[in-house]
Amino acid sequence: MEKKMKTDIILAGVGGQGILSIAAVIGLAAVKETLFIKQSEIHGMSQQGGEVYSHLRLSDAPVHSDMIPLGEADLILAVEPLEGLRYLPYLKKEGWLISNTAPVKNIADYPDPERIYGEIRRRPHHLLLDAAALAREAGSAKAANMVMLGAASPFIQVKEDHLLEAIRALFSRKGEEVVETNIRAFRAGKEAAMKKR
Amino acid sequence: MEERMFLLGDEAVAQAALDAGVSGCYAYPGTPSTEILEYVRASAQAAEAGVVREWSANEKTAVEAALGMSYAGKRAMVCMKHVGLNVAADPFMNAAITGVNGGLLVVVADDPSMHSSQNEQDSRYYGHFAQIPVLEPASQQEAYDMVREGFDLSERFGVPVLVRLVTRLSHSRSAVVRRERLPQRPLKLPGDPKQFILLPSIARERYRRLLADRPLFVEEAHREEGYNQYLPAAESRTGVIATGLAYNYLRENFPGRLPFHLLKVSFYPLPVRMIEEMFGEVDEVIVLEEGYPYVEEQLLGIPPRRHPRIRGRLDGTLPRDGELNPWLVGKALGRNLPEPEEVPGVAVGRPPSFCPGCGHIDVYNALNEALEPYGPGRVFSDIGCYTMGALPPYNAINTCVDMGASITMAVGAADAGLVPSVAVIGDSTFTHSGMTGLLDAANKRSPVTLIISDNDATAMTGGQPPSGLGKIEQICLGLGVEKEHVRTIIPLRKYHEENVKVMKEEIAYKGVSVIVARRECIRLVAARKCNKK
Ligand SMILES: Cc1ncc(C[n+]2csc(CCOP(=O)(O)OP(=O)(O)O)c2C)c(N)n1
Repeated sequence: MEKKMKTDIILAGVGGQGILSIAAVIGLAAVKETLFIKQSEIHGMSQQGGEVYSHLRLSDAPVHSDMIPLGEADLILAVEPLEGLRYLPYLKKEGWLISNTAPVKNIADYPDPERIYGEIRRRPHHLLLDAAALAREAGSAKAANMVMLGAASPFIQVKEDHLLEAIRALFSRKGEEVVETNIRAFRAGKEAAMKKR
Repeated sequence: MEERMFLLGDEAVAQAALDAGVSGCYAYPGTPSTEILEYVRASAQAAEAGVVREWSANEKTAVEAALGMSYAGKRAMVCMKHVGLNVAADPFMNAAITGVNGGLLVVVADDPSMHSSQNEQDSRYYGHFAQIPVLEPASQQEAYDMVREGFDLSERFGVPVLVRLVTRLSHSRSAVVRRERLPQRPLKLPGDPKQFILLPSIARERYRRLLADRPLFVEEAHREEGYNQYLPAAESRTGVIATGLAYNYLRENFPGRLPFHLLKVSFYPLPVRMIEEMFGEVDEVIVLEEGYPYVEEQLLGIPPRRHPRIRGRLDGTLPRDGELNPWLVGKALGRNLPEPEEVPGVAVGRPPSFCPGCGHIDVYNALNEALEPYGPGRVFSDIGCYTMGALPPYNAINTCVDMGASITMAVGAADAGLVPSVAVIGDSTFTHSGMTGLLDAANKRSPVTLIISDNDATAMTGGQPPSGLGKIEQICLGLGVEKEHVRTIIPLRKYHEENVKVMKEEIAYKGVSVIVARRECIRLVAARKCNKK
């Protein structure tokens, strides 16, 4: 059976930014919709503030490869601007690069952020937003990952209700306040993205 | 109703073992295998069933404990990363000769492309070497099914079965359908009381039995509806052999009907008759396999090369090293795929680095100062977070080879005249395989200083509890290090001067000395605070 509809997403960021939480939310939501899904994560050395990424593949036909083929990703969601660039070889020509502007400068030779934004702006389809600021407004700087998920949500083929349910399920252990903060962050990200598009 | 779970490849292995009635799971952590035992340890099902599920001191002790569980008639599983099987090679090879009583699975996760490893060795060769069946799942569901059935195979054939995983399967999640749960096996001694006594006379007999059973394994490789599938194609002169994950990359490129003959391999020894059948139909065979060209080499045999032409990693059709991916496989199968875009030059690498406030930093700052008068090139280190001492600005260590090699290489270098020599090891690595090296050093009064950077955790792999349990100094004393030369320091900036002084004293000492630098892993401290909140 040929694929009818699919979304291939690369999530990128730095250890500690909650990349895998984004993956978990989308995964939980997709399972509710009987989509086929594969989601690969890179663990291990990445725990020390290094690169973290995840390949997330949703489709209404069986997904074969755990990795997205080069040049076929529909979307790169970068919670750190430099990290998104690293996976450009995977992005389709018409694919979207959605990136946070806030850099994590834990390396000595971190480049001038303007050069990074320049590369991002060269993509025909891109979206840059200050997720850190939006997350702080929503109540916690830690929720930048959910801001980014909100910004990307219109591009992901799962229902928003299911994403919100999944956020609730994932954070419920940490209390109602944390859940609400993350949902506010998600909504703020979505709103910012809709304005810019 | 069928129950579906959304599991990592590693987790699918763990869940399958639990559902198959496993009684004991043993492991030493190592990426990408760690999540198997972590899942079992966190599992309510395992707790309720009383499954033994502990981290072992190293992979060798883990395999031996699993073999003991099997001896007693119960099902056992042991898990490790690929290089762990080097450490466990002795019991692994000999378990193939003793055979099993309860089913025994050895699960090994390879790391092609070395995402977090020293090499990319291919564990299928170990299965071949031990002459036991090897299972190589391609998906999370296959991982579940094969582990489940692997226990049956192990009991039916009376030998351990090796399950080979790779990073992209271990660390990728997908839906898995569970099967009904089986009860654990009762305690039951082996039928033959001599089975596990490998005296030469008995071992010879056992070995002949293993050889005699080989045809059964080969038959299993051909079982209808079995693990290996041959799909002939009309009107094609090309054959493709795809093993494990490579099969997914093939399907990614050709989701519909295949324009060539296909042999999907997930069970070894190889299905020779299926291969012969394919050879009769084709002019060339392209071999797709994750890891070394293991199948390709067997097909090539010894020159002169026969018909058909064999293509793969050895003739440049695919790269000789590193992981496969859908793009490489598509190109190898003749698809006209565009070259991937390049990564912009501005995207510099972000190598792993010490967490701010890590105790290893203070160890290296003090050590660099203490060694200043002696000049460079004399610090032998090991594997763990502290290996990042190799990176700037520290540039503090000169070696990292295999777990435990710091102390023993320092002894050898001191033997050669490099005095003083210093070894730096973590607490988990010390109890994994540093203790025996320290015994050698103490016995010969080697002029080396061992620094045990003790963060009370196996930090590199996610902070598993260590095996030292506060006994590190006692262990050193017991191995024969003199009391005055077992020192303990606290690696904090405010003690820097004091720590440099202790290091200078012990480095100057012409016998074995040990400095235990003890401060808890900063990340675990933070995690504990976060959980309390
Ligand atoms: C034979 C073998 N088993 C497992 C590993 C994986 N591994 C690498 S470092 C490490 C932990 C080291 O812990 P420790 O020595 O306490 O140092 P820390 O990371 O805590 O600083 C492990 C398990 C390996 N490289 N080789």
